[in-house]
Order: sequence, then structure tokens, then C-alpha cells
Amino acid sequence: MAALSIRALSKRYANLEVLKDIALDIESGEFTVLVGPSGCGKSTLLNIVAGLDRPSAGTIEIGGRVVNDVAPKDRDIAMVFQSYALYPSMTVRQNITFGMECRHVPKAEQDAAVGHVAKLLQIEPLLGRKPSQLSGGQRQRVAMGRALVRNPLLFLFDEPLSNLDAKLRVEMRMEIKRLHQRIGATIVYVTHDQIEAMTMATRIAVMHQGSVQQFADPDTVYRYPANLFVARFMGSPPMNTMPARLEAENDGPVVVIGAGRPDELRLRLRGYDAAAPFVGRKVVFGIRPECIAEGSRTFSSEAPVLVEAPVELVEPTGAETMVLLRLGGEPAMARVSPDIRPAPGTSAAFALDTRRICLFDPETERLIA
Amino acid sequence: MPDRSFAPTRILIYLAVFLIAAAWLAPLVVVVLNSLRTNEEIAQGSMIGWPQHLSWSNYAAAWSGFCVAETCAGIRPYMLNSALVTIPATIFSTLLGAIAGYAVSLWRFRGDNWIYGIVTLGLFLPQQMRLLPWTIVLRDIGLINTLTGLVLIHTIQGLSFTTLFCRNYYVAIPHELIRAARIDGAGFFRIFWRIILPLSGPILIVTVIWQFTHIWNEFLYGVTFTTGQQQPVTAALIALSAAVADIPQHGVQSAAVIIAALPTLLIYLLGGKYFVRGLTAGAVK
Repeated sequence: MAALSIRALSKRYANLEVLKDIALDIESGEFTVLVGPSGCGKSTLLNIVAGLDRPSAGTIEIGGRVVNDVAPKDRDIAMVFQSYALYPSMTVRQNITFGMECRHVPKAEQDAAVGHVAKLLQIEPLLGRKPSQLSGGQRQRVAMGRALVRNPLLFLFDEPLSNLDAKLRVEMRMEIKRLHQRIGATIVYVTHDQIEAMTMATRIAVMHQGSVQQFADPDTVYRYPANLFVARFMGSPPMNTMPARLEAENDGPVVVIGAGRPDELRLRLRGYDAAAPFVGRKVVFGIRPECIAEGSRTFSSEAPVLVEAPVELVEPTGAETMVLLRLGGEPAMARVSPDIRPAPGTSAAFALDTRRICLFDPETERLIA
Repeated sequence: MPDRSFAPTRILIYLAVFLIAAAWLAPLVVVVLNSLRTNEEIAQGSMIGWPQHLSWSNYAAAWSGFCVAETCAGIRPYMLNSALVTIPATIFSTLLGAIAGYAVSLWRFRGDNWIYGIVTLGLFLPQQMRLLPWTIVLRDIGLINTLTGLVLIHTIQGLSFTTLFCRNYYVAIPHELIRAARIDGAGFFRIFWRIILPLSGPILIVTVIWQFTHIWNEFLYGVTFTTGQQQPVTAALIALSAAVADIPQHGVQSAAVIIAALPTLLIYLLGGKYFVRGLTAGAVK
């Protein structure tokens, strides 16, 4: 059953179209992440799903019921906000029971529900405190408790981790994922952090300028980005992209970077049949940093493609070393083993994983193959 | 740290501050001193002078004995009138202003900014301009020369200020609180009562002090719309000066003025620190 169906949805403020023809079908039990840069419309979309904002056109179905004209409280949803939005004058317990109080749930039932959620989130000792007496992580937990206690059809998370420091964010990320695995809830989660999207989602909707660029599982989004925007947005550092030409040789297509230059780079492509119509034309060549490694690396049983490339900059991070180099004159980042430190200004041998190259149409910016 | 307490600029600054404060306080000092001198003493000497012996009789006379407009009960009944106008008008205007400020700051609706603009426009209308409309309204609803009429006027006139104060305070409250409460199923008034009002302490104190002092000290409406026994104390004080026009009773007048000023003075002494704090209080974290 689709927990959430969004069809032909658009939102316009005066002359500004912030959401364009959005269509999403989210299955029950899925963890869907809406990710995109700020201003892409992801939070507006979430607010429309919650009923806090109205769409200009289109329909929203939650659990098979059209909810366009249903008040937020009757949509069977719960929401966790970026600022947590805990009621400052109420204790943690009152914060959690406020929704039940509004719905006139009997006191005994409220107590049982609070007990259950407090145990699940390990916030029992905090129930008597005020939000101002809690740390950031504790507030986050209480905000989730307030959502969980409702046991809704759909959970909505609006950038819930962006107010936490880096270490706590990673912890809470794992905790939310664990919670999802345990209770199997349907979650729609908004973030601008592509790592959160990759690590938590069962499916990612990448948004940009008010439309969904790609809606797929994390591996697909990462491996086959639908267009240049997705390729450059997902992954850190992002995919290297550079202009190139596609040429035909006897045994298949070859991508040429920096054609005509002395350091021109020619890479044979295998299994890129979809690129055939682009032979003899310009393309955008894309390769992830981890597909460029030190010369001794092997990516598969085949012999790696080795290139000699000038090194411009070396950034050791401890876990790996990032190298800025030039491929056919175009800058590219490589991810090499931590103990490899090629000297800037010299040339070094790098191995390329040519099976994972992406080619994009320079005009439409869409993925060719 | 260098000791700069005797630097010449310092001395100049303190001198200037002292002079300004003295000029500001001089009338109060004269009134306080006169309220403690007997009438004969003032008549023999001048208006300005040190009391030869402290006399509290002026206060007793001003409070309950002196004759104002042919009734000899002092200013006590007029103090009561002022209280009966000021207290309800302060409560009503503060509560309504809080609700209005909450509505225009935290709920978006068509024309919200227009409504806010029109309400606060009232701040810029001179009082005299409103006299005639109020006269017509009070006459038509039969509240001329009643305390209820004054309560109505002050409640409505006060709304401009109370709405402005509360709105500017509530604007800093995160909208996400309202959204969370709406998803939780709370409506307009439940959100106000359970979430917004408990956060409003500082601004309510500011508004109450402001409204109380303004309504208590208000003179024009009091003197225009009420006569005789219905007058608030500010209007009655004028009647008192008129009554003593033949033989000046500066001692009693001074005592009456001080008694009339006491409630606002007390409010300020009790709540002044909250007032300053509330005016500068920012967002609710």
C-alpha cells in the first residue's frame, strides 16, 4: 500500500513557482529522504504534506485517502522539526502528552503511552524536566518521542539533525535508522546533507529548483545519477565532471578528454552501448574521486587503466589522501590510500576504474550512460 | 586599571548629570515640601521653603476632609473612581492586545498586515481628534458620564499600544511551535492559553505597567466625559484647585497631588526593573 502519494503537485507564491509538478509514491515502511540545496522546495513540500501549507495544484494521499482538505491534526501524521519546537513552558511529559490531551485521550492511556515511548528512547529520567534543562541531543529525543507517541501512518522529519554538533549528529543518525528498523514506520525525512540521505534512506528524492531530479534507492542515485546536478550534489567530494568528446575506434567508443592537447587522455569504454548516438559529439565526462586511485590499485580482475597525471595539491585526511590532479588538462579529485603522498608539481601514475564512468549530454545535462 | 575617577571630563559629566537631575526633580521637591507645611507657614513665607515642623494634617485633609465641587470627602472617592476605571481597562486592553498581537504575529491570514497597520495607526491619532467620535458613541450607547464609558474608551484606545507591544514580542517566537501544536491538534485559543500565554510574562508586565500609568494619569477623557462624582482623580484635582481659588491651599493641594501620583509610583517601583528588562527582552529560546 502506498503510504503517501503525491500527484501533479505544484506550489506558487505570486510569480515564483517553488514546486513544479511533483509526483512521488512512497510505500509503507519506506524511509524516504528528500534532499537538495537550500531553497529547492523540500521543506515546502514537507509542509504541504503535513497540511501546514496548501498546494496550488495537485493531490496528496496519505494511506489511500486524499487529504488536501484535511486539517493537519486529522492527517494521521507526526512531525519532528529542525528547532524541535518543544513547548518551553511544559515538562517533557506534558510535551509528549499535549497531542493526546488535545484529542481527549483518557489519562491512563496517556500514561501508558508516555511510559512506552520514554522507555524506547531512554528518556525516562527526563520526564519531569523543562526543555531548557535538556541538552541538544536530549531535546532531539523528546521531539522524536512526541512524534512516536502518536503512532501515526506517516512520520515527517524536517532537518531534525542540523542543530546538533557533528559528533552527536552521527550518533542520532544511527539512532533514527535503528528506530526505523525496529518499528518499521514510514518516514519522510528532509535534509540538505547528502550523507544523511545516503546513510539512512531506503529511497532518495533529490530535489533542485522545485522539481524532483531523481527518485531512487541510494545506490542507484550514487552510481547512476540522473543528471549533472545529482552527480555534483551527491557524494563528498562530488563527482568530477569535465567536457570531453566521444569518438569511435575499431573496438568501440572512446572518450577523449582535452582532445588535441599533448596530454590528451583517451579512455576506452566497455558496456556503454547507450552512448552510441553520441559518437562524434561532445559529452560531459564524469568520474567519482574513488574511481581514481594510486597506480598500484586494482579495481577488478582486469588490468586497470593507468594514466600519468600531474599532481597539483595533496590533502591528507588520515583515512585517505585526496589528490587534485589534471586529466587531459581538466582538474579532478582522486581518492588514494592514506600513506600515498605524491609530491605536488610532479607527475604520478593513477589507476582509473573505467567501468564506473558516467557520460552526460552537455545540452540536457541528462545521464547518457 | 588606571584610576580615572578624578579625570576632568568625568567631573564635568557628573556635574551635568547632577544639574539635569536637580532641574528634573525640583518641582517634585517643592510639592513634597509644601505638602508637609501648614497653610499659614506657606502664606507667611514663600512657596519655596523648608518646613519648620512636619505637618501631616494636609494629607488627612486631602484624603478625606477637603471639599471638592460641593462635597467634602477629600479625593478618596475620586481615587476609587480612578481605580475602577484603570484596573478593568488595564486588564481588558492587555488581554485583548495579547490575543490580537498573537493573531497577527503567529497566524497568517488574508489582510493580517493591514489589520495590524490599522490598529497601530491609532497610536498616531491625536487624542483631541478622537473626542468628538467618542462623544457620539458614548451618547448613543448611553454611557456619557459613567465610569463604564471610560473603561470602554481606555480599553479600545489602549489596544493600539498593547497589540504593538505583544505583536513585537510574539514575532520572535518560532513559528515551528505553532506548527507543532497544530499537528498535535490544538486550536487558536488552546495554543494561546497553553503555549503562548505562559511565555508572555515579561511583555505582560510591560504592557500592564504602561497601560496602568497611562490610564491612571489620563486627564482629557476624564474631564470631558465625566462630571461631579463620576470624575477620575486627575480631573478632580483641577476641580480642587478651582475650589480653593479664593484662599490658596497649597499644602492640601500638594498632598492631594502626591496621593494621586502614588499608585503609578508604586507600580513603577514594584515593576520598574521588569519594565526595563521586558522592553529589551528578545526572543524566547
